[in-house]
Amino acid sequence: MKEILNLTALQLGAAIRKGEVSPVEATRAALEQIEARKADNAFTALTAETALRRAKAVGKKIAAGELTAPLAGVPLSIKDNICTKGVSTTCASKILTGFEPPYDATLVEKLDALGAVPLGKLNMDEFAMGSTTETSFYGPTHNPWDAGRVPGGSSGGAAAAVAARSCWYAIGSDTGGSIRQPAAYCGVTGIKPTYGTVSRYGLIAYASSLDQMGPLARDAADCAAVLDAVMGKDPRDGTSLDVPAGGLLAGLTGDVRGMKIGIPADCFGDGLDPEVMKSVLAVADVLKARGAELVEFTFPVMEYVVPTYYIIAAAEASSNLSRFDGVKYGWRAEGYEDLTDLYSKTRTEGFGAEVKRRILLGTFVLSSGYYDAYYKKALQVKGLIKQAFDDAFGKCDLMLTPVAPTTAPKIGESLSDPLQMYLSDIYTVSVNLAGLPGLSMPCGFDSKGMPIGAQLIGPALGEAKVLNAAHAFQLDTDYHKQSPVEKEAR
Amino acid sequence: MKITTEMVDYISVLSRLKLPQEEKEQMTGELERIIGYMDTLNALDTGGVEPMSHVFPVKNVLREDQVVPSFDRAELLKNAPKADEEAFLVPKTVE
Repeated sequence: MKEILNLTALQLGAAIRKGEVSPVEATRAALEQIEARKADNAFTALTAETALRRAKAVGKKIAAGELTAPLAGVPLSIKDNICTKGVSTTCASKILTGFEPPYDATLVEKLDALGAVPLGKLNMDEFAMGSTTETSFYGPTHNPWDAGRVPGGSSGGAAAAVAARSCWYAIGSDTGGSIRQPAAYCGVTGIKPTYGTVSRYGLIAYASSLDQMGPLARDAADCAAVLDAVMGKDPRDGTSLDVPAGGLLAGLTGDVRGMKIGIPADCFGDGLDPEVMKSVLAVADVLKARGAELVEFTFPVMEYVVPTYYIIAAAEASSNLSRFDGVKYGWRAEGYEDLTDLYSKTRTEGFGAEVKRRILLGTFVLSSGYYDAYYKKALQVKGLIKQAFDDAFGKCDLMLTPVAPTTAPKIGESLSDPLQMYLSDIYTVSVNLAGLPGLSMPCGFDSKGMPIGAQLIGPALGEAKVLNAAHAFQLDTDYHKQSPVEKEAR
Repeated sequence: MKITTEMVDYISVLSRLKLPQEEKEQMTGELERIIGYMDTLNALDTGGVEPMSHVFPVKNVLREDQVVPSFDRAELLKNAPKADEEAFLVPKTVE
Protein backbone atom coordinates (compact mmCIF):
# COMPACT_ATOMS: atom_id res chain seq x y z
CA MET A 1 0.00 0.00 0.00
CA LYS A 2 1.21 3.49 -0.83
CA GLU A 3 2.40 5.62 2.10
CA ILE A 4 0.11 8.53 1.27
CA LEU A 5 -2.94 6.35 1.83
CA ASN A 6 -2.07 6.32 5.52
CA LEU A 7 -2.03 10.10 5.82
CA THR A 8 -5.03 11.83 7.34
CA ALA A 9 -7.06 14.09 5.04
CA LEU A 10 -5.48 17.16 6.64
CA GLN A 11 -1.95 15.75 6.31
CA LEU A 12 -2.59 14.97 2.66
CA GLY A 13 -4.05 18.45 2.13
CA ALA A 14 -0.93 20.00 3.67
CA ALA A 15 1.36 17.83 1.54
CA ILE A 16 -0.58 18.87 -1.57
CA ARG A 17 -0.31 22.56 -0.73
CA LYS A 18 3.45 22.18 -0.19
CA GLY A 19 3.74 20.53 -3.59
CA GLU A 20 4.98 17.23 -2.13
CA VAL A 21 2.06 15.26 -3.56
CA SER A 22 -0.20 16.20 -6.45
CA PRO A 23 -3.96 15.68 -6.34
CA VAL A 24 -3.55 13.44 -9.39
CA GLU A 25 -1.08 11.18 -7.53
CA ALA A 26 -3.42 11.03 -4.55
CA THR A 27 -6.40 10.25 -6.77
CA ARG A 28 -4.48 7.50 -8.61
CA ALA A 29 -3.38 5.97 -5.32
CA ALA A 30 -6.96 5.94 -4.04
CA LEU A 31 -8.33 4.46 -7.27
CA GLU A 32 -5.72 1.69 -7.13
CA GLN A 33 -6.63 0.98 -3.52
CA ILE A 34 -10.35 0.89 -4.40
CA GLU A 35 -9.52 -1.66 -7.11
CA ALA A 36 -7.42 -3.70 -4.68
CA ARG A 37 -10.27 -3.65 -2.15
CA LYS A 38 -12.98 -4.45 -4.68
CA ALA A 39 -14.18 -7.43 -2.65
CA ASP A 40 -15.32 -5.05 0.13
CA ASN A 41 -18.12 -3.92 -2.24
CA ALA A 42 -18.00 -0.48 -0.68
CA PHE A 43 -18.87 1.41 -3.87
CA THR A 44 -21.98 1.54 -6.06
CA ALA A 45 -20.37 3.74 -8.72
CA LEU A 46 -16.87 4.96 -9.55
CA THR A 47 -16.08 8.13 -11.47
CA ALA A 48 -12.38 7.50 -12.09
CA GLU A 49 -11.94 9.55 -15.27
CA THR A 50 -13.85 12.55 -13.97
CA ALA A 51 -11.88 12.35 -10.72
CA LEU A 52 -8.52 12.35 -12.51
CA ARG A 53 -9.58 15.22 -14.77
CA ARG A 54 -10.78 17.17 -11.78
CA ALA A 55 -7.64 16.37 -9.75
CA LYS A 56 -5.53 17.80 -12.56
CA ALA A 57 -7.57 21.01 -12.74
CA VAL A 58 -7.62 21.39 -8.95
CA GLY A 59 -3.85 20.79 -8.78
CA LYS A 60 -3.26 23.73 -11.13
CA LYS A 61 -5.47 26.01 -9.06
CA ILE A 62 -3.75 25.02 -5.83
CA ALA A 63 -0.32 25.68 -7.39
CA ALA A 64 -1.58 29.09 -8.54
CA GLY A 65 -2.77 29.88 -5.02
CA GLU A 66 -6.41 30.03 -6.09
CA LEU A 67 -7.47 27.16 -3.81
CA THR A 68 -6.16 27.25 -0.26
CA ALA A 69 -8.65 25.25 1.85
CA PRO A 70 -7.17 22.57 4.16
CA LEU A 71 -8.91 19.84 2.14
CA ALA A 72 -8.25 21.21 -1.37
CA GLY A 73 -7.24 18.40 -3.69
CA VAL A 74 -8.07 15.63 -1.20
CA PRO A 75 -10.14 12.79 -2.71
CA LEU A 76 -13.35 11.70 -0.98
CA SER A 77 -16.35 9.49 -1.63
CA ILE A 78 -20.04 10.20 -1.21
CA LYS A 79 -22.90 8.05 0.04
CA ASP A 80 -25.31 7.02 -2.70
CA ASN A 81 -28.30 8.91 -1.27
CA ILE A 82 -26.66 12.30 -1.89
CA CYS A 83 -27.39 13.90 -5.26
CA THR A 84 -24.41 14.31 -7.56
CA LYS A 85 -25.11 15.97 -10.88
CA GLY A 86 -24.95 13.55 -13.78
CA VAL A 87 -23.60 10.75 -11.55
CA SER A 88 -25.73 7.71 -10.69
CA THR A 89 -27.53 8.20 -7.34
CA THR A 90 -29.59 5.15 -6.41
CA CYS A 91 -29.94 4.97 -2.61
CA ALA A 92 -28.79 1.37 -3.28
CA SER A 93 -32.34 0.65 -4.44
CA LYS A 94 -33.59 -1.05 -7.60
CA ILE A 95 -36.31 1.60 -7.87
CA LEU A 96 -33.75 4.36 -8.55
CA THR A 97 -31.80 2.37 -11.13
CA GLY A 98 -30.33 4.72 -13.70
CA PHE A 99 -31.17 7.94 -11.84
CA GLU A 100 -28.68 10.70 -12.61
CA PRO A 101 -29.65 13.82 -10.67
CA PRO A 102 -29.88 17.05 -12.67
CA TYR A 103 -28.32 18.95 -9.75
CA ASP A 104 -25.74 18.67 -6.96
CA ALA A 105 -26.62 18.66 -3.27
CA THR A 106 -25.60 21.90 -1.53
CA LEU A 107 -22.96 19.96 0.39
CA VAL A 108 -21.49 18.64 -2.87
CA GLU A 109 -21.41 22.17 -4.30
CA LYS A 110 -19.56 23.39 -1.22
CA LEU A 111 -16.96 20.63 -1.41
CA ASP A 112 -16.62 21.28 -5.13
CA ALA A 113 -15.91 24.96 -4.48
CA LEU A 114 -13.04 24.19 -2.11
CA GLY A 115 -11.38 21.83 -4.60
CA ALA A 116 -12.40 18.41 -3.33
CA VAL A 117 -12.05 15.41 -5.66
CA PRO A 118 -15.00 12.96 -5.54
CA LEU A 119 -14.09 9.38 -6.48
CA GLY A 120 -17.51 7.76 -6.55
CA LYS A 121 -20.66 6.74 -4.70
CA LEU A 122 -20.80 4.54 -1.65
CA ASN A 123 -22.88 1.48 -0.87
CA MET A 124 -25.53 1.70 1.85
CA ASP A 125 -28.64 0.08 3.20
CA GLU A 126 -31.48 0.65 0.74
CA PHE A 127 -32.79 4.19 1.33
CA ALA A 128 -30.62 4.24 4.49
CA MET A 129 -32.98 1.75 6.14
CA GLY A 130 -30.91 -0.81 7.96
CA SER A 131 -28.01 -1.17 10.37
CA THR A 132 -25.78 -3.52 8.37
CA THR A 133 -25.60 -2.45 4.67
CA GLU A 134 -27.11 -5.85 3.86
CA THR A 135 -30.37 -4.39 2.50
CA SER A 136 -28.51 -2.84 -0.47
CA PHE A 137 -29.78 -3.88 -3.91
CA TYR A 138 -26.09 -4.14 -4.85
CA GLY A 139 -25.28 -6.71 -2.20
CA PRO A 140 -23.69 -6.27 1.22
CA THR A 141 -20.51 -4.35 1.94
CA HIS A 142 -17.93 -6.37 3.87
CA ASN A 143 -16.18 -5.12 6.98
CA PRO A 144 -12.51 -4.53 6.09
CA TRP A 145 -11.49 -5.90 9.53
CA ASP A 146 -13.25 -9.21 8.85
CA ALA A 147 -14.92 -9.88 5.50
CA GLY A 148 -17.38 -12.23 7.19
CA ARG A 149 -18.81 -9.37 9.24
CA VAL A 150 -20.99 -6.39 8.36
CA PRO A 151 -19.57 -2.85 8.25
CA GLY A 152 -22.66 -1.52 10.03
CA GLY A 153 -25.14 0.76 8.37
CA SER A 154 -26.59 2.48 6.79
CA SER A 155 -23.39 4.33 5.75
CA GLY A 156 -21.54 1.00 5.62
CA GLY A 157 -19.80 1.69 2.32
CA ALA A 158 -18.54 5.01 3.69
CA ALA A 159 -17.09 3.49 6.87
CA ALA A 160 -15.57 0.53 5.00
CA ALA A 161 -13.97 2.76 2.35
CA VAL A 162 -12.35 5.02 4.95
CA ALA A 163 -11.18 2.05 7.04
CA ALA A 164 -9.76 0.28 3.98
CA ARG A 165 -7.85 3.46 3.07
CA SER A 166 -9.75 3.73 -0.22
CA CYS A 167 -10.40 7.43 0.36
CA TRP A 168 -9.35 10.01 2.95
CA TYR A 169 -12.84 10.84 4.06
CA ALA A 170 -16.43 10.14 3.12
CA ILE A 171 -19.77 11.87 3.42
CA GLY A 172 -22.51 9.83 5.02
CA SER A 173 -25.98 10.51 6.35
CA ASP A 174 -27.35 9.75 9.79
CA THR A 175 -31.05 9.39 10.59
CA GLY A 176 -30.75 7.12 13.63
CA GLY A 177 -27.05 6.31 13.83
CA SER A 178 -26.15 5.68 10.21
CA ILE A 179 -22.84 7.55 10.42
CA ARG A 180 -21.90 6.71 14.00
CA GLN A 181 -22.64 2.97 14.12
CA PRO A 182 -20.71 1.99 10.95
CA ALA A 183 -17.88 4.28 12.06
CA ALA A 184 -17.75 2.25 15.29
CA TYR A 185 -17.90 -1.12 13.53
CA CYS A 186 -15.12 -0.14 11.10
CA GLY A 187 -12.84 1.73 13.50
CA VAL A 188 -13.13 5.23 12.00
CA THR A 189 -14.33 8.59 13.36
CA GLY A 190 -17.70 10.00 12.27
CA ILE A 191 -19.93 12.81 13.41
CA LYS A 192 -23.58 13.64 12.94
CA PRO A 193 -23.78 17.38 13.53
CA THR A 194 -26.72 19.26 15.06
CA TYR A 195 -29.92 19.02 13.00
CA GLY A 196 -30.05 21.94 10.59
CA THR A 197 -26.35 22.78 10.54
CA VAL A 198 -25.69 21.03 7.22
CA SER A 199 -28.17 21.72 4.43
CA ARG A 200 -30.22 18.68 3.44
CA TYR A 201 -30.83 20.06 -0.06
CA GLY A 202 -29.99 17.17 -2.36
CA LEU A 203 -30.05 14.49 0.33
CA ILE A 204 -32.73 11.99 -0.72
CA ALA A 205 -35.08 12.05 2.26
CA TYR A 206 -35.72 9.10 4.55
CA ALA A 207 -37.06 10.81 7.71
CA SER A 208 -36.81 14.55 7.16
CA SER A 209 -37.00 15.61 10.82
CA LEU A 210 -34.07 13.34 11.72
CA ASP A 211 -31.82 13.17 8.60
CA GLN A 212 -28.48 14.94 8.72
CA MET A 213 -25.28 14.54 6.70
CA GLY A 214 -21.77 14.45 8.12
CA PRO A 215 -18.24 13.12 7.62
CA LEU A 216 -16.59 9.77 8.32
CA ALA A 217 -12.83 10.16 8.48
CA ARG A 218 -9.58 8.99 10.06
CA ASP A 219 -9.81 11.28 13.10
CA ALA A 220 -11.68 14.11 14.80
CA ALA A 221 -9.51 16.81 13.23
CA ASP A 222 -10.43 15.62 9.71
CA CYS A 223 -14.11 15.62 10.73
CA ALA A 224 -13.77 19.19 12.00
CA ALA A 225 -12.21 20.29 8.70
CA VAL A 226 -15.05 18.72 6.68
CA LEU A 227 -17.72 20.28 8.89
CA ASP A 228 -16.04 23.69 8.59
CA ALA A 229 -16.46 23.32 4.84
CA VAL A 230 -20.05 22.09 4.65
CA MET A 231 -21.99 23.69 7.52
CA GLY A 232 -24.06 26.82 7.11
CA LYS A 233 -27.47 28.27 6.36
CA ASP A 234 -28.89 27.36 2.95
CA PRO A 235 -31.94 29.17 1.55
CA ARG A 236 -32.86 25.92 -0.25
CA ASP A 237 -33.36 24.05 3.05
CA GLY A 238 -35.95 25.76 5.23
CA THR A 239 -34.84 23.73 8.26
CA SER A 240 -31.21 24.80 8.00
CA LEU A 241 -30.20 26.96 10.94
CA ASP A 242 -28.98 30.52 10.61
CA VAL A 243 -26.06 30.21 13.01
CA PRO A 244 -22.33 30.94 12.67
CA ALA A 245 -20.40 28.15 10.96
CA GLY A 246 -16.70 27.34 10.74
CA GLY A 247 -13.84 27.56 13.22
CA LEU A 248 -14.15 23.97 14.42
CA LEU A 249 -10.70 22.89 13.25
CA ALA A 250 -9.11 26.03 14.69
CA GLY A 251 -10.78 25.29 18.03
CA LEU A 252 -9.17 21.87 18.55
CA THR A 253 -6.91 22.50 21.51
CA GLY A 254 -7.16 19.16 23.27
CA ASP A 255 -7.79 21.14 26.45
CA VAL A 256 -10.60 19.48 28.38
CA ARG A 257 -9.71 20.79 31.83
CA GLY A 258 -12.87 21.37 33.82
CA MET A 259 -15.06 19.82 31.14
CA LYS A 260 -17.83 17.76 32.73
CA ILE A 261 -18.24 14.37 31.05
CA GLY A 262 -21.61 12.82 31.86
CA ILE A 263 -21.90 9.07 32.19
CA PRO A 264 -25.57 8.07 31.99
CA ALA A 265 -25.87 4.88 34.05
CA ASP A 266 -28.82 3.66 31.95
CA CYS A 267 -26.51 3.37 28.93
CA PHE A 268 -24.18 0.94 30.68
CA GLY A 269 -26.62 -1.69 31.86
CA ASP A 270 -28.10 -4.93 30.58
CA GLY A 271 -27.57 -5.86 26.97
CA LEU A 272 -24.22 -4.11 26.64
CA ASP A 273 -21.31 -6.38 25.75
CA PRO A 274 -18.79 -6.34 28.67
CA GLU A 275 -15.81 -5.76 26.36
CA VAL A 276 -17.57 -2.78 24.78
CA MET A 277 -18.48 -1.41 28.21
CA LYS A 278 -14.90 -1.64 29.44
CA SER A 279 -13.43 0.14 26.39
CA VAL A 280 -16.04 2.91 26.42
CA LEU A 281 -15.59 3.60 30.13
CA ALA A 282 -11.83 3.70 29.59
CA VAL A 283 -12.44 6.82 27.43
CA ALA A 284 -13.65 8.56 30.58
CA ASP A 285 -10.38 7.73 32.31
CA VAL A 286 -8.31 9.19 29.48
CA LEU A 287 -10.31 12.41 29.52
CA LYS A 288 -10.13 12.54 33.31
CA ALA A 289 -6.36 12.24 33.16
CA ARG A 290 -6.45 15.36 30.96
CA GLY A 291 -8.39 17.28 33.56
CA ALA A 292 -12.04 16.53 32.74
CA GLU A 293 -14.52 15.82 35.53
CA LEU A 294 -16.75 12.76 35.44
CA VAL A 295 -20.40 13.03 36.44
CA GLU A 296 -22.72 10.05 36.76
CA PHE A 297 -26.47 10.32 36.52
CA THR A 298 -29.55 8.43 35.39
CA PHE A 299 -31.08 8.86 31.97
CA PRO A 300 -34.48 7.29 32.48
CA VAL A 301 -35.81 7.26 28.90
CA MET A 302 -33.64 4.57 27.32
CA GLU A 303 -36.35 1.93 27.01
CA TYR A 304 -38.56 4.35 25.04
CA VAL A 305 -36.07 5.66 22.49
CA VAL A 306 -36.21 2.79 19.97
CA PRO A 307 -40.03 2.56 19.66
CA THR A 308 -40.29 6.36 19.47
CA TYR A 309 -37.63 6.52 16.79
CA TYR A 310 -39.07 3.75 14.64
CA ILE A 311 -42.60 5.18 14.77
CA ILE A 312 -41.47 8.65 13.72
CA ALA A 313 -38.90 7.48 11.16
CA ALA A 314 -41.31 5.00 9.55
CA ALA A 315 -44.11 7.57 9.44
CA GLU A 316 -41.91 10.09 7.66
CA ALA A 317 -40.47 7.42 5.37
CA SER A 318 -43.92 6.26 4.25
CA SER A 319 -44.66 9.81 3.20
CA ASN A 320 -41.24 10.63 1.68
CA LEU A 321 -41.05 7.43 -0.35
CA SER A 322 -44.43 7.95 -1.98
CA ARG A 323 -42.59 9.91 -4.68
CA PHE A 324 -41.05 6.71 -6.04
CA ASP A 325 -43.73 5.48 -8.39
CA GLY A 326 -42.06 4.72 -11.70
CA VAL A 327 -43.13 7.94 -13.42
CA LYS A 328 -40.57 10.74 -13.09
CA TYR A 329 -37.30 8.92 -12.47
CA GLY A 330 -35.72 5.56 -11.94
CA TRP A 331 -37.10 2.15 -12.70
CA ARG A 332 -40.60 1.15 -13.89
CA ALA A 333 -42.09 -2.36 -13.76
CA GLU A 334 -43.45 -3.96 -16.89
CA GLY A 335 -46.83 -5.50 -17.65
CA TYR A 336 -49.09 -3.07 -15.76
CA GLU A 337 -52.78 -2.67 -16.53
CA ASP A 338 -53.49 0.92 -15.53
CA LEU A 339 -51.89 3.81 -13.63
CA THR A 340 -52.57 2.44 -10.14
CA ASP A 341 -51.23 -0.92 -11.21
CA LEU A 342 -48.11 0.79 -12.59
CA TYR A 343 -47.51 2.41 -9.18
CA SER A 344 -48.13 -0.76 -7.19
CA LYS A 345 -46.12 -3.07 -9.43
CA THR A 346 -43.19 -0.68 -9.63
CA ARG A 347 -43.12 -0.15 -5.86
CA THR A 348 -43.65 -3.81 -4.96
CA GLU A 349 -40.89 -5.01 -7.28
CA GLY A 350 -38.65 -1.94 -6.92
CA PHE A 351 -38.39 -1.75 -3.11
CA GLY A 352 -36.67 -4.37 -0.95
CA ALA A 353 -38.24 -6.07 2.07
CA GLU A 354 -36.96 -3.67 4.76
CA VAL A 355 -38.11 -0.59 2.88
CA LYS A 356 -41.56 -2.11 2.34
CA ARG A 357 -41.73 -3.04 6.03
CA ARG A 358 -41.04 0.55 7.09
CA ILE A 359 -43.46 2.01 4.53
CA LEU A 360 -46.22 -0.28 5.83
CA LEU A 361 -45.32 0.43 9.44
CA GLY A 362 -45.35 4.16 8.79
CA THR A 363 -48.64 3.98 6.93
CA PHE A 364 -50.10 2.01 9.84
CA VAL A 365 -49.04 4.48 12.57
CA LEU A 366 -50.40 7.37 10.52
CA SER A 367 -53.66 5.67 9.54
CA SER A 368 -56.98 6.78 10.91
CA GLY A 369 -57.74 5.00 14.17
CA TYR A 370 -54.07 4.44 15.08
CA TYR A 371 -52.60 7.92 14.64
CA ASP A 372 -53.20 9.03 18.23
CA ALA A 373 -52.09 5.77 19.81
CA TYR A 374 -48.80 5.58 17.90
CA TYR A 375 -47.68 8.64 15.94
CA LYS A 376 -49.00 11.33 18.28
CA LYS A 377 -47.83 9.32 21.29
CA ALA A 378 -44.33 9.06 19.79
CA LEU A 379 -44.19 12.83 19.23
CA GLN A 380 -45.12 13.32 22.88
CA VAL A 381 -42.42 10.90 24.04
CA LYS A 382 -39.97 12.69 21.76
CA GLY A 383 -40.69 15.78 23.88
CA LEU A 384 -39.86 13.78 27.02
CA ILE A 385 -36.62 12.50 25.47
CA LYS A 386 -35.60 16.05 24.53
CA GLN A 387 -36.39 17.06 28.13
CA ALA A 388 -34.19 14.22 29.47
CA PHE A 389 -31.28 15.54 27.38
CA ASP A 390 -31.93 19.10 28.58
CA ASP A 391 -31.78 17.81 32.16
CA ALA A 392 -28.58 15.88 31.43
CA PHE A 393 -26.86 18.92 29.92
CA GLY A 394 -27.76 20.84 33.05
CA LYS A 395 -25.33 18.49 34.83
CA CYS A 396 -22.59 17.96 32.22
CA ASP A 397 -21.00 19.40 29.08
CA LEU A 398 -20.88 16.16 27.09
CA MET A 399 -22.30 12.67 27.45
CA LEU A 400 -20.22 9.53 26.93
CA THR A 401 -22.07 6.39 25.82
CA PRO A 402 -21.48 3.29 23.72
CA VAL A 403 -22.35 3.53 20.01
CA ALA A 404 -23.72 0.01 19.72
CA PRO A 405 -24.26 -2.82 22.22
CA THR A 406 -21.76 -5.11 20.45
CA THR A 407 -19.08 -5.02 17.79
CA ALA A 408 -19.93 -5.87 14.15
CA PRO A 409 -22.13 -8.97 13.78
CA LYS A 410 -21.56 -11.62 11.12
CA ILE A 411 -23.10 -11.14 7.69
CA GLY A 412 -26.47 -12.90 7.57
CA GLU A 413 -27.16 -12.76 11.32
CA SER A 414 -29.26 -9.61 11.49
CA LEU A 415 -31.88 -9.49 8.75
CA SER A 416 -33.89 -12.51 9.84
CA ASP A 417 -35.09 -10.63 12.92
CA PRO A 418 -35.88 -6.98 12.09
CA LEU A 419 -36.96 -6.11 15.63
CA GLN A 420 -33.66 -7.34 17.04
CA MET A 421 -31.83 -5.19 14.48
CA TYR A 422 -33.89 -2.13 15.50
CA LEU A 423 -33.00 -2.71 19.16
CA SER A 424 -29.28 -2.52 18.37
CA ASP A 425 -29.82 1.17 17.51
CA ILE A 426 -30.62 2.00 21.14
CA TYR A 427 -27.63 4.24 21.85
CA THR A 428 -27.78 6.33 18.69
CA VAL A 429 -31.44 7.08 17.82
CA SER A 430 -32.18 9.40 20.75
CA VAL A 431 -29.52 11.81 19.49
CA ASN A 432 -31.45 12.27 16.23
CA LEU A 433 -34.77 12.62 18.05
CA ALA A 434 -33.30 15.50 20.06
CA GLY A 435 -31.41 16.95 17.06
CA LEU A 436 -28.06 16.86 18.88
CA PRO A 437 -24.48 16.42 17.66
CA GLY A 438 -23.09 12.91 18.19
CA LEU A 439 -19.63 11.60 17.40
CA SER A 440 -18.34 8.06 17.19
CA MET A 441 -14.65 7.31 17.63
CA PRO A 442 -12.54 4.16 17.93
CA CYS A 443 -11.75 3.32 21.56
CA GLY A 444 -10.50 -0.25 21.49
CA PHE A 445 -10.79 -3.75 20.03
CA ASP A 446 -12.64 -6.78 21.28
CA SER A 447 -11.08 -10.22 21.70
CA LYS A 448 -11.94 -11.03 18.07
CA GLY A 449 -9.96 -8.01 16.91
CA MET A 450 -13.03 -6.00 15.92
CA PRO A 451 -13.11 -2.23 16.56
CA ILE A 452 -15.17 -0.76 19.41
CA GLY A 453 -16.65 2.75 19.20
CA ALA A 454 -17.43 5.32 21.87
CA GLN A 455 -20.04 8.02 21.41
CA LEU A 456 -19.75 11.60 22.59
CA ILE A 457 -23.01 13.54 22.59
CA GLY A 458 -23.13 17.31 22.92
CA PRO A 459 -25.88 19.85 23.48
CA ALA A 460 -27.38 21.52 20.40
CA LEU A 461 -24.64 23.32 18.43
CA GLY A 462 -22.01 21.78 20.72
CA GLU A 463 -19.91 20.41 17.83
CA ALA A 464 -16.83 22.29 19.03
CA LYS A 465 -16.91 20.62 22.46
CA VAL A 466 -17.62 17.18 21.04
CA LEU A 467 -14.80 17.40 18.52
CA ASN A 468 -12.36 18.86 21.04
CA ALA A 469 -12.99 16.05 23.52
CA ALA A 470 -12.54 13.46 20.76
CA HIS A 471 -9.37 15.22 19.64
CA ALA A 472 -8.07 15.17 23.22
CA PHE A 473 -8.74 11.43 23.42
CA GLN A 474 -7.00 10.85 20.09
CA LEU A 475 -3.93 12.81 21.19
CA ASP A 476 -3.40 10.21 23.92
CA THR A 477 -4.46 7.03 22.10
CA ASP A 478 -3.77 5.40 18.75
CA TYR A 479 -6.89 3.26 18.14
CA HIS A 480 -7.87 5.65 15.32
CA LYS A 481 -4.52 5.12 13.62
CA GLN A 482 -4.88 1.37 13.26
CA SER A 483 -5.94 0.04 9.92
CA PRO A 484 -7.24 -3.33 8.78
CA VAL A 485 -5.04 -3.05 5.69
CA GLU A 486 -1.84 -2.95 7.74
CA LYS A 487 -3.16 -5.71 9.94
CA GLU A 488 -3.58 -7.92 6.85
CA ALA A 489 -0.11 -7.08 5.60
CA ARG A 490 1.51 -8.17 8.89
CA MET B 1 -52.06 -5.54 19.41
CA LYS B 2 -53.22 -8.16 16.93
CA ILE B 3 -52.35 -7.43 13.30
CA THR B 4 -54.45 -9.31 10.74
CA THR B 5 -53.79 -9.93 7.05
CA GLU B 6 -56.86 -7.75 6.36
CA MET B 7 -55.12 -4.84 8.08
CA VAL B 8 -51.99 -5.47 6.05
CA ASP B 9 -54.15 -5.53 2.90
CA TYR B 10 -55.63 -2.17 3.86
CA ILE B 11 -52.31 -0.41 4.56
CA SER B 12 -50.84 -2.04 1.44
CA VAL B 13 -53.51 -0.37 -0.68
CA LEU B 14 -52.78 2.97 1.01
CA SER B 15 -49.05 2.42 0.38
CA ARG B 16 -49.52 1.31 -3.24
CA LEU B 17 -47.87 -2.03 -2.51
CA LYS B 18 -49.17 -5.44 -3.53
CA LEU B 19 -47.42 -8.12 -1.54
CA PRO B 20 -47.49 -11.71 -2.79
CA GLN B 21 -49.36 -14.04 -0.37
CA GLU B 22 -46.24 -15.52 1.24
CA GLU B 23 -44.57 -12.14 1.74
CA LYS B 24 -47.83 -10.78 3.16
CA GLU B 25 -48.10 -13.50 5.77
CA GLN B 26 -44.50 -13.01 6.86
CA MET B 27 -44.96 -9.23 6.97
CA THR B 28 -48.10 -9.61 9.12
CA GLY B 29 -46.17 -11.53 11.77
CA GLU B 30 -43.23 -9.13 11.69
CA LEU B 31 -45.43 -6.05 11.94
CA GLU B 32 -47.31 -7.58 14.86
CA ARG B 33 -44.06 -8.11 16.77
CA ILE B 34 -42.75 -4.64 15.95
CA ILE B 35 -46.01 -2.87 16.77
CA GLY B 36 -46.31 -4.96 19.93
CA TYR B 37 -42.92 -3.65 20.97
CA MET B 38 -44.01 -0.08 20.21
CA ASP B 39 -46.81 -0.55 22.72
CA THR B 40 -44.02 -0.14 25.34
CA LEU B 41 -44.77 3.56 25.03
CA ASN B 42 -48.19 3.00 26.60
CA ALA B 43 -46.43 2.58 29.94
CA LEU B 44 -45.59 6.29 29.84
CA ASP B 45 -48.09 8.87 30.98
CA THR B 46 -47.99 11.58 28.33
CA GLY B 47 -51.10 13.41 29.48
CA GLY B 48 -50.49 17.13 29.06
CA VAL B 49 -47.29 16.64 27.03
CA GLU B 50 -47.33 18.60 23.77
CA PRO B 51 -46.47 16.51 20.69
CA MET B 52 -43.09 17.76 19.44
CA SER B 53 -42.60 17.77 15.69
CA HIS B 54 -39.44 19.89 15.49
CA VAL B 55 -36.89 20.21 18.25
CA PHE B 56 -35.79 23.73 17.41
CA PRO B 57 -38.20 26.66 17.36
CA VAL B 58 -37.72 27.39 13.65
CA LYS B 59 -40.93 28.14 11.82
CA ASN B 60 -42.26 30.11 8.86
CA VAL B 61 -38.95 30.58 7.09
CA LEU B 62 -39.86 33.23 4.53
CA ARG B 63 -37.93 34.86 1.73
CA GLU B 64 -38.61 37.37 -1.01
CA ASP B 65 -40.14 35.79 -4.07
CA GLN B 66 -37.61 35.72 -6.88
CA VAL B 67 -38.19 34.93 -10.52
CA VAL B 68 -35.58 32.42 -11.65
CA PRO B 69 -35.53 30.09 -14.65
CA SER B 70 -36.91 26.63 -13.89
CA PHE B 71 -34.98 23.45 -14.62
CA ASP B 72 -34.43 22.53 -18.25
CA ARG B 73 -37.32 20.28 -19.28
CA ALA B 74 -35.30 17.97 -21.50
CA GLU B 75 -32.77 17.51 -18.66
CA LEU B 76 -35.52 16.44 -16.25
CA LEU B 77 -37.29 14.17 -18.73
CA LYS B 78 -34.04 12.28 -19.34
CA ASN B 79 -34.54 10.47 -16.02
CA ALA B 80 -38.09 9.32 -16.77
CA PRO B 81 -38.63 5.65 -17.58
CA LYS B 82 -41.01 6.77 -20.33
CA ALA B 83 -41.36 10.26 -21.81
CA ASP B 84 -41.79 12.10 -25.06
CA GLU B 85 -40.31 15.55 -25.88
CA GLU B 86 -42.49 17.38 -23.42
CA ALA B 87 -44.10 15.10 -20.84
CA PHE B 88 -43.85 12.03 -18.64
CA LEU B 89 -45.82 9.18 -20.19
CA VAL B 90 -48.24 7.05 -18.15
CA PRO B 91 -51.17 4.78 -19.07
CA LYS B 92 -54.35 6.59 -20.02
CA THR B 93 -56.27 7.52 -16.86
CA VAL B 94 -59.32 9.41 -18.17
CA GLU B 95 -61.49 7.92 -20.87
